[in-house]
Amino acid sequence: MKGIRRWGPGLLLVLPSIVLIAVFVYGLIGWNTKVSLSDWRQAQQTTGFSTAAYSELFPPGTDPGWTEAVKHLVFFTGAFMIGTLALGAFLALLLDKGVKGEGFFRAIYLFPMAVSFIAAGVVWRWLMNPAPGDRGTGLNLLFDKLGLGFLANEWYLNPTWGAAALAIPAIWALTGYIMALYLAGFRGVPEELREAARMDGASEWRVYRHVVFPHLTPVTLSALIILGHISIKVFDLVVAIGGKQFITMTPAVYMWTLIFDARDYAKGAAIATILLIGISFLVIPYMIYTVRAERQT
Amino acid sequence: MTTTSAAPPVPVPARVGRPRARRAAALSFKYLALIFFVVLVLMPLYIVLVASFKGTAEADPSTAWALPNVWTWEAWSDAWSQLRPNLLNSLYLVIPATLISTVLGSLNGFVLSRWRFPGSDVVFLFLLFGLFIPYQAVMIPLTQLFADVDFPTGIPRLAFAHIVYGIPITTLIFRSYYATIPEELIEAARMDRAGMLRTYWSVVLPLSAPAFVVTAIWQFTSIWNDFLFAVFLITNPDSWPITVALNNTTGSIVTPYNLQMSAALLASIPTLVVYILLGRYFIRGLMAGSLKG
Repeated sequence: MKGIRRWGPGLLLVLPSIVLIAVFVYGLIGWNTKVSLSDWRQAQQTTGFSTAAYSELFPPGTDPGWTEAVKHLVFFTGAFMIGTLALGAFLALLLDKGVKGEGFFRAIYLFPMAVSFIAAGVVWRWLMNPAPGDRGTGLNLLFDKLGLGFLANEWYLNPTWGAAALAIPAIWALTGYIMALYLAGFRGVPEELREAARMDGASEWRVYRHVVFPHLTPVTLSALIILGHISIKVFDLVVAIGGKQFITMTPAVYMWTLIFDARDYAKGAAIATILLIGISFLVIPYMIYTVRAERQT
Repeated sequence: MTTTSAAPPVPVPARVGRPRARRAAALSFKYLALIFFVVLVLMPLYIVLVASFKGTAEADPSTAWALPNVWTWEAWSDAWSQLRPNLLNSLYLVIPATLISTVLGSLNGFVLSRWRFPGSDVVFLFLLFGLFIPYQAVMIPLTQLFADVDFPTGIPRLAFAHIVYGIPITTLIFRSYYATIPEELIEAARMDRAGMLRTYWSVVLPLSAPAFVVTAIWQFTSIWNDFLFAVFLITNPDSWPITVALNNTTGSIVTPYNLQMSAALLASIPTLVVYILLGRYFIRGLMAGSLKG
């Protein structure tokens, strides 16, 4: 039973999925690229070739909506990645060595992952209401009541830092996930290694620093890729909190308004292509690396 | 794949010679910090719950952090009557889409790990790339294609999209899971001259229950919570799933905030219930999604 009779049926069984992915992922990406290079700039479809959509996006500065969106994305990504990684790693560190009720804490920290970005956004928009002090609602009101009035701020409507405030709900949503990743990473370090270091008289902190942390590079890499990839395409959360406002615009939201309001399909498609290229730079090396690591084991 | 993300905590013997007081201080700092973060994480839930039980008269933002004086279901029943059709839409969407994509994932995962063909690793990578693409990059042509071939509008379009774009993740979860089935079992079936489908049906499938649960929960949660596909593919408000309806209801400033809050909670109940009942499996799905072995 060698040869095609052995493996043929398997290929046949997977074939429908291969075809679907070929058409709906690769085919449509190609089609989208074609739209981005067309002159389809209004409701009526046209098919001429044009690179105008790209030249309006590069360099940023000619199209104010896009310029804002890119700037916001940079701030958002910075705040989101740093906040989520730091808090997630910290919580994992607290839980690592066996805490009473660990299951309870883990379950609480992870629960935001089950909530949609839309529902979370509805609540956070309200919590981060920009009205100040005793006229305020949400967090500003809470700060006022706790005598921390100086902390009250405009949150996501701040013209400079607004996009970083937009990251707060995203940090809330994903910290538990990163915690779970790190916790699995910590637990994957063989106990003998830790014990050996302790025998040599290393303090608990030095055990972490010299034994545990060096093992965590792959976990940190995964976490960075996952978060970066979520960040680049951030959409629902921004729509739920800021709608289509200029002040909270991100690339994915801008693409949406271009298509539904401005009917500028070529430019919308161009932005989608740029998002795809950005994400591919993150993900393709990572995929290859992961598959290689899998083969080695 | 890390299917067991939660190894039992290893008790660490107390180190000799460390002053007791310092240890107690470190320990209480630890618990204080843990509890502090519990409060932070649950704060939005608190505000939502409290608001959703207030009557319209009491729904004044200046008393938002206080418990209701009079507990009432008013906002809940308003939200229910407004969003009921959309909750049903989501249900009609999520059930078939979850079932079909899970079964597809199981078949693909079986072949790609246990009934390989030449080039099956390349095929896996080919499928896997679909997991990472920003769906914006297919959205314009997808709406076009649906219109060109006259695909039935509304929920069927959305269900189809979720099934197709769910293939990478469901395949990934099952492939990793099946890799843990001992090769001898498969070989024994082959010795008995069992064909592929027979081997799948009588050897692999009976062992698959955990992977089915993990995948189904993952798909259920992501399809229920999806907004992007819905907002691009569904133009008729009657067919909106719950996320789009929720965003629309709450985006309007005339909607009183107690109603906004109960609506947000109502929309989250199904996924929260799944999380509470089957959280263990939910976490496994997350770990699989991270692609980490």
